[in-house]
Amino acid sequence: MAWTWFHRLASPPHVYRLSARLTPWLAWPAALLIVAGLIGGLWLAPPDYQQGDGYRIIYVHAPSAWMSLFVYTTMAVAAGIGLIWRMKVAHAVAAASAPVGASFTFAALVTGSLWGKPMWGTYWQWDPRLTSELILLFLYLGYMGLRSAFDDTQRADRASAVLAVVGVINVPIIHFSVVWWNSLHQAPSLMYLGKPTMPPSMYVPLLLMLVGFTLFYGAVLLVRLRGEVLSRERAASWIREAVRT
Amino acid sequence: MSDFRLKGENVHLWRGDHHVLRGVRFEVGAGECLQLTGANGTGKTTLLRTACGLAYPEGGEITWRGQNIRADMQAFHAQLAYLGHEPPLKSELTARENLHFWIGVRRRLPRRELDQALERVGGNQWADRPVRTLSAGQKRRAALAGLTLMRVPLWLLDEPTTNLDVEGQKLVGSFIDEHVQAGGVALAAVHHELAVSRPESLRRMELTFD
Amino acid sequence: MPPVRRGFDTADDAGSPAVTALGAAHLVLARDLKLAFRKRSQLVQPLAFFAIVTTLFPLGVSPELSRLRPIAAGVLWAAALLASLLALELLFRDDAQDGTLEQYALSGRSLTWLLAAKTAAHWLLTGLPLALMAPLAGIALGAPNAAVPGIVISVAVGTVALSLIGSIGAALTLGIRRSGALLSLLTLPLDIPVLIFGARATELAIGGEAYGVPLQLLGALAVLGLTLAPLAAAAAVRINLE
Repeated sequence: MAWTWFHRLASPPHVYRLSARLTPWLAWPAALLIVAGLIGGLWLAPPDYQQGDGYRIIYVHAPSAWMSLFVYTTMAVAAGIGLIWRMKVAHAVAAASAPVGASFTFAALVTGSLWGKPMWGTYWQWDPRLTSELILLFLYLGYMGLRSAFDDTQRADRASAVLAVVGVINVPIIHFSVVWWNSLHQAPSLMYLGKPTMPPSMYVPLLLMLVGFTLFYGAVLLVRLRGEVLSRERAASWIREAVRT
Repeated sequence: MSDFRLKGENVHLWRGDHHVLRGVRFEVGAGECLQLTGANGTGKTTLLRTACGLAYPEGGEITWRGQNIRADMQAFHAQLAYLGHEPPLKSELTARENLHFWIGVRRRLPRRELDQALERVGGNQWADRPVRTLSAGQKRRAALAGLTLMRVPLWLLDEPTTNLDVEGQKLVGSFIDEHVQAGGVALAAVHHELAVSRPESLRRMELTFD
Repeated sequence: MPPVRRGFDTADDAGSPAVTALGAAHLVLARDLKLAFRKRSQLVQPLAFFAIVTTLFPLGVSPELSRLRPIAAGVLWAAALLASLLALELLFRDDAQDGTLEQYALSGRSLTWLLAAKTAAHWLLTGLPLALMAPLAGIALGAPNAAVPGIVISVAVGTVALSLIGSIGAALTLGIRRSGALLSLLTLPLDIPVLIFGARATELAIGGEAYGVPLQLLGALAVLGLTLAPLAAAAAVRINLE
C-alpha cells in the first residue's frame, strides 16, 4: 500500500495533477499565518527592553534564515533520492527548490544587515550567523551554477545532486568552524533573543511566521514543480492531454 | 567457459529528448562476434557504452553470463575490455609505459608478455617513443596490443579499425579470430566489414534511424 | 608468432596472479608522478602563483613587517587556497580527455580507491611543495624562524584536505569548458573550514604559541575528506562518463 503511494509520487503526470490540487491547501493557510504573524509581531508584541522596536525585524529574519537551511536540506534529500533511485521527479523538486532557498538566504542576509544597523551602527559585521548565511548563499549559487553549466538535463540533475549531498554534509561543519572562528575574537554579534526569556506574545507570532513561511515554501515549490515537470517532460505524450485541461 | 553470453533485452535510452536506443535486442555468445553497423548517429557507440555499463538505460536490461550487469559491476568490468574511439594513451608516456600502467592496474603483466604483444602489432620501431610522436595508426596498434593483453572473455570495440591500413585491418581480424576461437565474445561497431578469416561466422546487426 | 594462450582470467580462473588493490593504487600513483615529471613546468605554476599572490599583500597594504605579521597567516592561507584551486586542473582533465579515466572506471577495480590514489599523487605534486614553500612566504611577511615547522605542518595537513575537497569539484566539472570560475565557486565554500582551522594553527605558530587544537581539527577534516571525498569524486566521474 505504502509502496504504491511512493511509486505514484515518482510518476510525472501524477505529480503534475497532484501539485495543482494541493497548492491552494498550502497557499491559503500560509497567507493567513503570515498575516497573523506579522500583525502579532509588528503590532501586538511588546517592545524588547534592550532593543526597543528594532528587534521586530526578527519576524522576517528568523523565518528566512530557518527556511534557507530547511530548503537546502530538502533540496539535498530530494537530490539524494533522485540520485540513488533515479527518480526524475525528485530531481525536479531539487531544481525547483534551489532559487527559492537562495531567495530566503538573501532575505535573511538583507534583514540581518538591516537589523544590524541600529544595533552595531554598520550594515555588516562578521557575525557567525550572518557569515554562515553568506556561505550558504554561495553554496546555493554554486549549485545553481553547476546545474546551468550542463546542457543535458539528466547530467545536470545527477552532478548537482552529488554537490547538494556533499554540501549538506558540509553545512554543519562550516557552521561549527565559523562559530569557532568567531569565538576566538571579541566580535559583536546579533543580539540573541533567547526563547525561554521571551514572553508568549513575542514568540507566538514568531512560530506563526515560521510555519507560515514553511507552508509558503511548500506552495511555491508545488507551483515551480509543475513548471519543472512540464519542461522536462515536454516530449512525452501525456503532456498534450494534461495541458489541454 | 561456455556460459559467456552477452544479452541485451528491450534496451531503451534517451539523451535529453532524443530516443537513441529504441527497444534494442541483441545476443552474442561464446565463440561469436557480433558486427554492429549503422550510419553515424544511429546509436552504435551508445549501445556499446550501455553494454559495458557506462551508460544507464531507461528501460530493458543487459545481462552477462545470465546475470544483470548492474548486480556486480566491478566483477563485470574485470571480465571485459572496452576500446572507444580514441586510444586510451597518455601522450607523454611511451607506448610500452602506457600499456604497463593501463593493463598493470587490472592484472600482473610480465615484461615478456608486454614485449611480445607490442612486437605482434609491429611496435618494435616505435614502442619506446612518446605517444605524441606516433601516428594515429601506431596509436591504434598500441591500443590493440593492450586489448590482447587484457585476457578477458568479452570485447566491446568501437570502430577498432579506424586509422589502420589494410595490413592493420587484417591484424584486427586475426585478433578477433583468435579471441572467438578461444571461446571469447566480441561486439564490434564498425563502418567496414571486419577482416576475419571466416566472414560467414560473423553475426550481424544494423541500427537504423526509424 | 601468436603469444601463448592461457585462457581468460575470469573470476573462476586461477590462472595468473592478480594485482592487489594496493598494487593498483601504487601504479596509479606512479603513473601520475612519472607524467608530472615529464612536464615539470606545469608543476611550477601553482607555486609561482602562490608566490605572486603573497607578494601582492605587502604591495597593497604596507612594507612594514610589524603590520604584515598579524595578517601573515590569513594571507598565506588565502594564497594557498587559490593556488590549490589552480592546481586542480591537473587532477582529472587530461585523463578525461584522452580516455584513460574511462579505462580506470572500467578496470574492474574500485574507482573510489583509484581516485584516492590520484588525489594522493596530486597532493605530493602540489600540496607538499606548497607546504615547503609556505615558510618562505611566512618569513617574508614577518614570521619568526621558529614558526617554520608549525607553518609547514599546518599547510601540509591543510593541503591534504584541500586536494581531497577539490577533487570533488574537479570531478563534477570534468566536461565543462572553461570551468575555472565555476570550480572556484563550488570548491571555496567547502574549503572554508580548512581555511579557518589552518589559518588559526599557522597564526598560533607564528605567535610562538601551541597550535595543537586547531591542528587536530584540521587533521579531522583531512581524515573526513579521505573517507568521503574519493567516493563523491568517483560518483561524479561516473556521472560525467554516462
